[in-house]
Amino acid sequence: MDTAFISEYAPLYIEAAGVTLWLGSLGILLALAVGLFCSFIQYFRIPVLRYIASAYIELSRNTPLLVQLFFLYFGLPKLGISLSSEVCAVVGLSFLGGGYMAEAFRSGFQAVEKGQMEAGLSLGLSSGQIMRYIVFPQALSVSVPALCANVVFLLKETSVFSAVALADLMYVAKDLIGLYYKTEEALFMLVAAYLIILLPVSVLAAALERRLRYAGFGN
Amino acid sequence: MDFEEVLLEVRHLHKDYGNGPVLEDVSFQVHKGEVIVIIGPSGCGKSTLLRCINGLEEIVSGGIWLDGEAVGKDKAKWREVRQKVGMVFQNYDLFPHMTVIDNILLGPVKVQKREKKKAEEEAEKLLERVGLLDKKKAYPRQLSGGQKQRVAIVQALIMKPELMLFDEVTAALDPEMVREVLDVMLELAKGGSTMLIVTHEMQFARAVADRIIFLDEGRIAETGLPEAFFDQPKTERACRFLDTFLF
Ligand SMILES: Nc1ncnc2c1ncn2[C@@H]1O[C@H](COP(=O)(O)OP(=O)(O)OP(=O)(O)O)[C@@H](O)[C@H]1O
Ligand SMILES: [Mg+2]
Repeated sequence: MDTAFISEYAPLYIEAAGVTLWLGSLGILLALAVGLFCSFIQYFRIPVLRYIASAYIELSRNTPLLVQLFFLYFGLPKLGISLSSEVCAVVGLSFLGGGYMAEAFRSGFQAVEKGQMEAGLSLGLSSGQIMRYIVFPQALSVSVPALCANVVFLLKETSVFSAVALADLMYVAKDLIGLYYKTEEALFMLVAAYLIILLPVSVLAAALERRLRYAGFGN
Repeated sequence: MDFEEVLLEVRHLHKDYGNGPVLEDVSFQVHKGEVIVIIGPSGCGKSTLLRCINGLEEIVSGGIWLDGEAVGKDKAKWREVRQKVGMVFQNYDLFPHMTVIDNILLGPVKVQKREKKKAEEEAEKLLERVGLLDKKKAYPRQLSGGQKQRVAIVQALIMKPELMLFDEVTAALDPEMVREVLDVMLELAKGGSTMLIVTHEMQFARAVADRIIFLDEGRIAETGLPEAFFDQPKTERACRFLDTFLF
């Protein structure tokens, strides 16, 4: 392996990793917001909106991110809407992730017993307070493993960002292979970069899950 | 005993869930300081009646008055009503993610906006009264069923309700824990609390009640003083119901 090549081009990877991380985090945060919003709509059974929410969840979970990105990047301009690569990437990731996050939150809400809501009501709490102090904290502790799995999944999905001409890790690797035919080195650095990003996230997620499980409210 | 002031009035209450009536023309009054025990066969509508009084179910027709104020259908008023009416359920629905003390303080602090420190002192006094001060920091999961029910009673009491509703609070308990919960309720009754109790514990009903209401198929079939009701029930339905408790 050409170590000189590696040290020469490592900075390119670091920069690209920054792009992946930055856009990935932004997309994931938005996905969490979208998911939470959808799951609230479904939990409170808000008329009309709940059907829109389920249609969205199905659509986002059953189309590949690559297709969603192509639609945003190549399709929308035909309708007169041009978005930059970065915006496409973030919108695409949060569109995809929102559906997954909504499902993760929903399973949490489902795990909260119905009696909890009534116990809160009979104390005179408002539905907002019941959500905030009673239902959401319990739902969240159930949802955390699924939410963490989604974060890792979405970070991996960022590898298709290069399809909309975004200079992410994949893009840099493909570029270097095309220019210098240093396939081994380029791929080695690509794998290393993803591992450096994803391993800590996975470890953190596992630690969080363990803490939640054993903190278990007096279990 | 004489009871003068009417606290709760239920008049011509009708309720159904869409497949036949569950409560039909139910009317009665609860006076301040009175303890009323509602008994009746399974499915006769006892829980439904309590849930209507606490605004957990919408009523079809008729009305409910608390302190002379109509609370029947106005949804906006239910939050006020629920603060005046404490309810303890069969399935000890404490909040599992909060400690005992946090469970108890949620109502007074978040709903009634009382000062946390004062409320906590009061909570400790109440916990002491039910013999659970040492469980203050425990989570519900670390408590027995009987202990959970006593916490649930404290949780309702600290709101200083004018009326307490108990729906078969000992039905899901192991026999040896029934007593500790009933004792707390008996003490409350002696202390002058106004209570509406649904129970299958006939000995307890007899001991605690000022008046018995016998509910059958959604109607009040009989009502009377406990001695009269248990020793000489007037209706045939009540006779048969009471017989099922004899061996
Ligand atoms: N949410 C509901 N939807 C439909 N029917 C209901 C509902 N809740 C209760 N019912 C019906 O209403 C009737 C009265 O039920 P309720 O729970 O009030 O009886 P209960 O007297 O409390 O019985 P138990 O002693 O078994 O607790 C029953 O026939 C029951 O099947
Ligand atoms: Mg019942």
